[in-house]
Amino acid sequence: MAYQVNGSTVEHDEEGYITNLDEWSKELADTIAESENIEMNEEHWEVVNFLRDYYEEYQIAPAVRVLIKSIKKSMGPEKGNNKYMYELFPYGPAKQACKIAGLPKPTGCV
Amino acid sequence: MAADGDDLRKMEHPLEIPRLQCGAMEGVKPFVASPAIQENLGFPGELVPDWKERALEKMADLAANNRAFQVYLDTCVKCGACTDKCHYFLGTGDPKNMPVARQDLLRSVYRRYFTLAGKYFPKLVGARDLTEDVLQEWYSYYHQCSECRRCSVFCPYGIDTAEITMAARDILDHVGIGQKYSNEIIGKVEDIGNNLGLNPKAMRATLEDLEEDLEDDTGISVRLPLDEKGSDILLITPSADFFAEPHIDGLLGYAKVFHEADVSWTLSSYASEAANFGLFIGNNDHMREIALRIRKAAQDLGVKRIVFGECGHAWRVAYSFLNTLAGPFDFLDQDYPIPQHILEFTWGEIQKGTLTLDKSRNDHIRLTYHDSCNVARASRMGDEPGGQFEIPRNVIKAVCNHYFDMPRETTHESTLCCGGGGGLLTDDLMDLRKKGGSPRMTALQQTTEDHGVTHMAAICAICKTQFSKIMPEFGYEMDSVVSVHQLVSNAIILTGQEADQDTQDE
Repeated sequence: MAYQVNGSTVEHDEEGYITNLDEWSKELADTIAESENIEMNEEHWEVVNFLRDYYEEYQIAPAVRVLIKSIKKSMGPEKGNNKYMYELFPYGPAKQACKIAGLPKPTGCV
Repeated sequence: MAADGDDLRKMEHPLEIPRLQCGAMEGVKPFVASPAIQENLGFPGELVPDWKERALEKMADLAANNRAFQVYLDTCVKCGACTDKCHYFLGTGDPKNMPVARQDLLRSVYRRYFTLAGKYFPKLVGARDLTEDVLQEWYSYYHQCSECRRCSVFCPYGIDTAEITMAARDILDHVGIGQKYSNEIIGKVEDIGNNLGLNPKAMRATLEDLEEDLEDDTGISVRLPLDEKGSDILLITPSADFFAEPHIDGLLGYAKVFHEADVSWTLSSYASEAANFGLFIGNNDHMREIALRIRKAAQDLGVKRIVFGECGHAWRVAYSFLNTLAGPFDFLDQDYPIPQHILEFTWGEIQKGTLTLDKSRNDHIRLTYHDSCNVARASRMGDEPGGQFEIPRNVIKAVCNHYFDMPRETTHESTLCCGGGGGLLTDDLMDLRKKGGSPRMTALQQTTEDHGVTHMAAICAICKTQFSKIMPEFGYEMDSVVSVHQLVSNAIILTGQEADQDTQDE
């Protein structure tokens, strides 16, 4: 199970989350998004970049509410809401966006 | 691979018996745990060469040490009372999801090796050899049971099917076949403290962020304390309450109630999980290890009371087993229930008149309530029988003007599982989750038709996540499931709060 990016191979688990987080790249994000039927635009990148920054500081993805609050600040209330997040990432801003951002899948009763 | 719920059957009635579809769910399996996940829990990494001997040894061990297990295997008379009681059978039509048939996948093997008739005349008594195919069949169908125990309510012998499922999963882990979802999570709780893998620094940041939100919304400083020694109350809540929607709104509700009750309380970063997935895999050692974290946190923080947040399976383990697993709790204040449910606490405050509640703040929604399986059938709240049914409803009615129950045969002790309990809340079982959730969703749709109900409240993190995922399939928005303490949070007017300063949810 692997993604192919620029001639190199990046391993992923059964659900498409990459196994070595250091192997993430913007090109890889595009490839993962493609496999999820998402075409990355500026808004998608805003979310992905926030998730990566947050992860770098806290070693875990933020609560959905924390993500939305940040997006609200940067992109305004029309886009900073749960509904819009699901329009961007139909399988959920937490799980699907984390997958594209190269982060581990949030686990538990979520 | 089964369809992704796109062949969902339209049910006329929540308990409508389906046309049989033999083999409909055959081969449906959640992802198997990797060797690393298995070994982290002390299980073999993969199927061991002598799996047959080890599986039978484990079965003998269970029969010897767990009297109930043996009684359940011996006493079934095939009366059929349970056949149509499982939501997975109702939703899939697969006859192996009839509780008796699912149990017989294991019982037939037990008979072959542990009963006289089965040893000598296996075919006459429906006994069969343990083969690798049988193990795989167990893995499939024992992960199509959410251990909700609805079937047990209708069994004249009181056979607890969930115990059979747990035993089967225990045997499977013992020979090296574990479920990725549950076992990865158990590892995280034992390593980090919660299902999510939320470390103390991230937890503190999240709580501070939520405190800010609370102050912005209400103008009042309401705290979400973490690791504060000497607090009176330790709150143990599912880590989903720090992460997911609508769970977080419930957490804010607990905080407002504690604030108004003027009690000192704290969360713990060490025991930051209420759910105990050791129950799901039927493994006592892991159940104990997770429970002991709660004991240690309570002792280290020097609290007098332990209160549990909205978490169904947590409350079953807490109410029924906490003392056995991690007791005695003689260091806590004996004048309070050990442990206490957050709803008992809130209902107590409502009765005392501590909380100023404006029910009209929930007038934008019409509510019903989903009894979570493990609270309904395996525990109690308060001092009276049935308190686990009445107290949540009492609280909801104290904070909402428009409340309506779903059909009685789908509530209280007969409640239907959400479809995602018992270790099945994983994306790789989404098809099963939608089908298993359809009886509950059909009951909700009826209540919507009859009473215009728009929202359903629940007190279990799994139920909340499961419903928010499957509701869109049934014509509801994903935020149509709410936390009970979210409703409380909406209705509370904090002391000193300007009436118009509150931003309502929704």
